Amino acid sequence: MNTNIIEASGLGKRYGSTWALRECTLAIPAGHVAALVGPNGAGKTTLLNLAVGLAEPSAGRVSVLGGQPAGSPAALDGIAFVAQDTPLYRNVSVADMLHLTRNLNRHFDQHYAQTRLSELGIPLKRKSGKLSGGQQAQLALTLALARRPRLLILDEPVAMLDPIARHDFMASVLTAVADDGVSVLLSSHVLAELERVADYLVLLSAGQVQIAGEVEDLLAGHRLLTGPTAQADRYTAGPVVYTRRGDAQTHLLVRVAADDPVPPGWEAHPVGMEELALAYLREPGAGALPGPSLSGVAR
Amino acid sequence: MTAQTMPTRPAGPGRLRPVPWRRMAWVNWRQHRVALAGVAAFLGGFAVYLWLSGLQMHHAEAAYCHPAASISCAVNFTGPYSESAIIVSIVLQAVPALIGAFIGAPVLARELETGTFRYTWTQGIGRLRWALAKLVLLAVAVTAVAGAFTVLFAWYNQPWAAAGYVSPFSARTFDLLGMVFAAWTLAAFAIGVLAGMLIRRAVPAIATTLAAYAALAFATGLWLRERYISPLVTSSASPPASSWAISGWYTKGGRFAFGDHGSGIANTVRQICGGPCHGTHQDPAQLLAQRGYTHWTSYQPASRFWTFQWIEAGWLLALSVLLIAVAIWLVRRRAA
Repeated sequence: MNTNIIEASGLGKRYGSTWALRECTLAIPAGHVAALVGPNGAGKTTLLNLAVGLAEPSAGRVSVLGGQPAGSPAALDGIAFVAQDTPLYRNVSVADMLHLTRNLNRHFDQHYAQTRLSELGIPLKRKSGKLSGGQQAQLALTLALARRPRLLILDEPVAMLDPIARHDFMASVLTAVADDGVSVLLSSHVLAELERVADYLVLLSAGQVQIAGEVEDLLAGHRLLTGPTAQADRYTAGPVVYTRRGDAQTHLLVRVAADDPVPPGWEAHPVGMEELALAYLREPGAGALPGPSLSGVAR
Repeated sequence: MTAQTMPTRPAGPGRLRPVPWRRMAWVNWRQHRVALAGVAAFLGGFAVYLWLSGLQMHHAEAAYCHPAASISCAVNFTGPYSESAIIVSIVLQAVPALIGAFIGAPVLARELETGTFRYTWTQGIGRLRWALAKLVLLAVAVTAVAGAFTVLFAWYNQPWAAAGYVSPFSARTFDLLGMVFAAWTLAAFAIGVLAGMLIRRAVPAIATTLAAYAALAFATGLWLRERYISPLVTSSASPPASSWAISGWYTKGGRFAFGDHGSGIANTVRQICGGPCHGTHQDPAQLLAQRGYTHWTSYQPASRFWTFQWIEAGWLLALSVLLIAVAIWLVRRRAA
């Protein structure tokens, strides 16, 4: 599959006089678990709302599933969205939530949903408002997956969950990815959790895309250099993302090509995703990497 | 964790067949069954009461009120039943307001208030289709229930009409008869829906709906309705039977003198007598007539009842369609 599950060009959203998202150009290829990372207020939820058609762009355009306009019938049909805090009808039983979702969609795999809920030990007769936070999240995920979407969008799915529920939830997502090949776009600021599941990273900062790309490529394109503080200012081999200065030693997170030589006197370490994300988040000015090219749609 | 595989998606895109409308009927029922059942229980109980007390009234009227002006009619029919008939009409007047407030207002407000719109509006059905199906089905349901109630009330009211006690134009019964009761119910529902969409919280939307409905109903009853068609004018002592008298005034020499409400009559009589008219036991109306004043009454004849019903039902229907259309437009364009 070569399609992009989401493409944005010059996308912007303004609330009153504040731009929640600005000049966002982005293309995420299908087949990934893409993590949307950024501090609070960076525009993560805004971007996701635009992608599912809950919000209308103030500028630019966004399309999904290989060129379908966001919010169009075809887009809604192929995307399942689990909003922040997993809104469910609290007074409606789990069984009726399934029935409700089945009635609101063209496809709904009732057997899959029921099997999955019974494996999770979620009773069908209980009101969804009486489930634990973890169970509510799992119910919302089940409702979404039973629609057999091509793209699953999750907005802060684990923010309210305890570590065990968080782990179980992410495992469920990964199982669905493995079984069904569904693409996933999820926003989070729980970096440690993402490191395990995401293979594509989009960093948003102050309403703009800072870096975007496959995690493997991003990690290969950065390294952490440790060397004497006295020489820190003389490093010119490539762009420096982030500098942590000590009395004797300084750490530089730099962008490099994979086979760039390490400057004499410096020691190189590979970076992890969390380290990389944190470095960029601490330096909102650090430049954007070119992401994958937009296919035909963004003119 | 789950280890089952999901079946592959059915055949590709092309032109999507939308989610069938009929599925929304279940959705509506499931989501509003508590409110609908509450209204149904209340109206059902009320209908039983109307039926039982209506039977008694029919019997009493048939047995004692021929002729209607008899003492036996007063003792056995008008006396015992008039209070309950007034209470019935007052309770019924409140029904559209209650339906608007408790069914109309929460429909959209609850979704926005609890955030569940982010679930509902991202389902495959699409929010436009969802809103249309939800609002149109509920609107038809509440209007049909109100229409059925009108039939029952018309039967309940028959003995009073037969005995000549209630003009069809009476403010107490006009909006409970014909098509107007259903139209008011629909309008109250539409007011509730739009208030809920604008206010986005259920309780304030309910309060606003009650206030807006009451304002509209009072403005219509007290001011607007009598102006649908210019009233007829007569100088006879009283307007024709069971017509709707609107106002009266005196003229002298072809010119307006004073209205027959308030202090106009008293002041003129005092002028004529040159002071308080002590000792005269003359009827002021007679005195005024002797001095060349003519009394006029404007009225709507009973024959205009159905015309007025059509006019009122018509503009209420147009208003309801407009309000619901605005609500649906707002659902379409509302940014999360």
